[in-house]
Amino acid sequence: MTNHWVDVKNADVILIMGSNAAENHPISFKWVTAAIEKGAKLISVDPRFTRTSSKAHLYAPIRPGTDIAFLGGMVKYILDNELYDKYYVLKYTNAAHLIKPDYAFHDGVFSGYNEEKRTYDKSSWGYQVDEETGIPKRDETLQDPQCVLNLLKKHYERYDLETVSQITGTPVEKLQAVYELYGSTGKPDKVATMMYAMGWTQHTVGTQMIRTATLVQSLLGNMGKAGGGINALRGEANVQGSTDQALLFHILPGYLGYPVATDKTLADYIARITPTTKDPLSANWKQNQPKYVVSLLKAWYGENATAENEFGFHWLSKNGGNYSWMSLFEQMYAGNVKGMMVFGQNPAVSSANSNMIRKAINKLDWLVVSNLWSVETANCWQAEGFDPADVQTEVFLLPAAASFEKQGSVTNSSRLVQWRYKAQEPLGEAKPDSWIINQLMLRLREMYKAEGGPNAEGILALNWNYGEDEPDVELVTRMLNGYYVKDVLDDKGNVVGKAGEQVKNFTALKDDGSTACTNWIYSGVWPQEGNMAARVDNVDDHPAGIGQYGKWGWAWPLNRRIIYNRASVDENGKPFDPKRWVIQWDPKANDGKGGWIGDVPDGGYPPLSTPEKGKLPFIMQPEGYARLFGMGLADGPFPEHYEPYESPVDNVLHPDIPINPVTKVFADEINPRGDRSKYPIIATTYRVTEHWQSGAMTRHIPWLLELQPEMFVEMSEELAAELGVRGGDKVIVESARGEVEGVAIVTKRFKPMQVAGQTVHVVGMPWHWGFMGMRMLEPGGPGTGDSANAVTVFMGDANTMIPESKALLCQVRKA
Amino acid sequence: MTEVALLLDVSKCTGCRACQVACKQWNDLPAETTANRGTYENPPDLSFSTRTRIRFLEYERAEGLAWYFFNQRCLHCTDAACVNSCEPQALKHNEMGFVSYEPGLCIGCGYCAETCPFGIPRLSETGIIFPDTRKMNKCDFCADRTTNGLQPACAKACPTGAITFGERAEMIAKGKARVEELIANGYTDANFYGENEMGGLHQMYVLPEKPSVFGLPENPQARPLVKAPELPVSVGTAVVGAAVGGLLALRARGMKKKTHE
Repeated sequence: MTNHWVDVKNADVILIMGSNAAENHPISFKWVTAAIEKGAKLISVDPRFTRTSSKAHLYAPIRPGTDIAFLGGMVKYILDNELYDKYYVLKYTNAAHLIKPDYAFHDGVFSGYNEEKRTYDKSSWGYQVDEETGIPKRDETLQDPQCVLNLLKKHYERYDLETVSQITGTPVEKLQAVYELYGSTGKPDKVATMMYAMGWTQHTVGTQMIRTATLVQSLLGNMGKAGGGINALRGEANVQGSTDQALLFHILPGYLGYPVATDKTLADYIARITPTTKDPLSANWKQNQPKYVVSLLKAWYGENATAENEFGFHWLSKNGGNYSWMSLFEQMYAGNVKGMMVFGQNPAVSSANSNMIRKAINKLDWLVVSNLWSVETANCWQAEGFDPADVQTEVFLLPAAASFEKQGSVTNSSRLVQWRYKAQEPLGEAKPDSWIINQLMLRLREMYKAEGGPNAEGILALNWNYGEDEPDVELVTRMLNGYYVKDVLDDKGNVVGKAGEQVKNFTALKDDGSTACTNWIYSGVWPQEGNMAARVDNVDDHPAGIGQYGKWGWAWPLNRRIIYNRASVDENGKPFDPKRWVIQWDPKANDGKGGWIGDVPDGGYPPLSTPEKGKLPFIMQPEGYARLFGMGLADGPFPEHYEPYESPVDNVLHPDIPINPVTKVFADEINPRGDRSKYPIIATTYRVTEHWQSGAMTRHIPWLLELQPEMFVEMSEELAAELGVRGGDKVIVESARGEVEGVAIVTKRFKPMQVAGQTVHVVGMPWHWGFMGMRMLEPGGPGTGDSANAVTVFMGDANTMIPESKALLCQVRKA
Repeated sequence: MTEVALLLDVSKCTGCRACQVACKQWNDLPAETTANRGTYENPPDLSFSTRTRIRFLEYERAEGLAWYFFNQRCLHCTDAACVNSCEPQALKHNEMGFVSYEPGLCIGCGYCAETCPFGIPRLSETGIIFPDTRKMNKCDFCADRTTNGLQPACAKACPTGAITFGERAEMIAKGKARVEELIANGYTDANFYGENEMGGLHQMYVLPEKPSVFGLPENPQARPLVKAPELPVSVGTAVVGAAVGGLLALRARGMKKKTHE
């Protein structure tokens, strides 16, 4: 979230799209309801009329996978009707920047496309740079045809209401109503927020769906303001925390890029990941990355990290390939992976194309599953369709402690780090995952010491001293904050930090090895004063009453509750919205030197207009502006509508380029593609309030199973009539990859859609059920069923490789 | 003691059913074995082990589809037919206004269920060895909580403020104000239910549609005991049953009189 849960109450308009927040984030509706009580309007855009839609003032149906077309149409509507915030767009976005003349977009592809490799050479996606100053060129009159605003207009001129309606299946009048209502917030004192979740991420164009949202929010001036922003509703209590700590293959903690083989030295690596600018108005905060990298290495390798050995940089592995979820299972399926350790996950149910996943798991030599229950993943050998005698995998089940049986922090969607205490000792032999990992590391270290092995030196050099039993999680958190390794002096020789003391935050980190920090964005969570995450002062400490609660827990970065908040004020530091201001410049503060009041500002620099010291608001971009034209993604500087991998219709905009031209297409054996002639119905997947994820934690709780006892398939009355199905009948949903049985829920909440001149049906299913029974001891019995992932596609987003579980083709028949 | 009430605002409910689970959890009620019957709604009815449940209602309005989540449970009447028909006084008015229930006193006669205008009380299965162990169950307003300064479990669990607890007068004012808002937002049939029904309810509704849409009677009346009560049949209890039946007949007459007043 750029903003936070409580802040939703400040919005004038709330768009929930790609999310069914009332269902999957029920508590969020405390704040949605609070906003509505103050007069806010709620818009719900969803293929199905959901629990969220039931509370909306305006509901618009949408065909799964067409959100870019829907929002692209909104971009056009905002531009055509000049609803955008002109001051904000001109001053704070790259609307006026001039793009290189060789940038182009024709027939569905951007300039630089290599069809064979399915990649782009992105060199033409860049700014024209003034040769003298080295600063990107801007035309503030917005007349130059190469300026971003004009290229944006040109790109979306195809997205008129009729065309968008043809693609999305949303009636024109509904599109218009949504655009008009949402577009009404382009005024400085109006604000709208967007809440999204897996409905945007689980597509081959997922990242670009979110990019389209950023276009809308930037045009309307809704970023940085209270009640604005783009808010990713994270699907698990601590998934934000796990992403921050880099439980992904392509980043180091704090979103530092991962070293690659061409980084021959630490200096090479730092140069590659650290952007530069020549614009004195740009803060370019990422110029500080060398300090974060060196402090990270210093924390990881301790005394063994020295300037001479480049702080142990050469002990880090170098990323040589794509180790994302799907690629890992592709390799496992091919028999190239010997063993797997699975913590708190249940891929045999939760992963797209679960039949293939189960086959892949059954090819392992060994499998360690750490979980509260004996979940399906640990029992793939006895899944339907496998003969246990054929499966040679040795399975180790480690009983894990539950969240209330251990202490530590959780980071929620608001980037809010909150401390949890242990409520009781783990049952039986259960241990926290951190205990298991600590023991594993301690034993591996002994083995490397005795026997050696690849990179033994690096493993033995690790500064791993968290204790012999359960690791000291307070120490882990103090290391996240960072500390002085030796006394640090200022220019005049005064001691600013003493060896062994905690740094106050990341502004104190150094690139010379005098500080250590395992995650720069968490720096500030545990300064010398103590554990900020443990604070529970339930008071709104913002003068405007915007629900800041700044002394409840601690939010990264620097306890800033609304990021990009320098975009909530004009160039003189005056809030655009005086009632719901986030920060403002008070010339009387700091003994007359001036200072910001309110939230922690996005960089302490004075307002933009301050001579020599003022900075642009978007400090994480090297140019300092919000990017309407974005050159960072793999699949284009402007989002473009591509059809899902499996679609019932041609791409109306460019029939020859139907799907995302750069997304990886997996081999037919692991991802057979369904043809619309055999599989004419769209299927989408989702969760329900009553169950959680793969159901491991909820299917065995009788009270929850009572509410949602069985796998189900929702469909329209019209489709049910065609199929001869009545509510309560068992039906089978079949795709090119498998089939799944569920009880038909025949509902008015799904309606057939008119798409590109034809009638299209959509069915929806949850993925909470698996083959292990209620007590997770043996297959079968209450709570048993199968997951919607039996039918989902094994294709991912071009940037994140998140599988496209939200849009696929199927056929449905009566069981 | 101040008169209290729960306000059930249908327009704010998202149907998450935290109330259903919280009710079972706090009151130690077992889960039922259910099946998906082609709806999210479950269990299919109130029962001896289900005191509250959300009914899911797809309703077509002129402006488009609505999906309502209606909380079905005991409404704690002032002129409570169940209290009037409960000879052993297992059902009584608490001084805070709600209808409390003492299971130890219940003889399982079922008169409460028979007379309730909202069809709420549910009886357990008749015991095989001890037939007269049959008992009634219904919402008891979490009396163990509310008489100790806590709000009922359902209100505590509700994330959106669809269930709120407080002084009855306050709840009436709040509910009526909410109805005005709904009317102003195009829900022209919105109404407040429970201020005067059955002498005043202690669980009152903000309804976005007419009461009948949710199966609520427009003018609820205690239902008379029209037939001989189906008492537990066994040799041992027949005599007691006859005696109680006689008493209840008297009681029912008294009640009828009261209704006419």
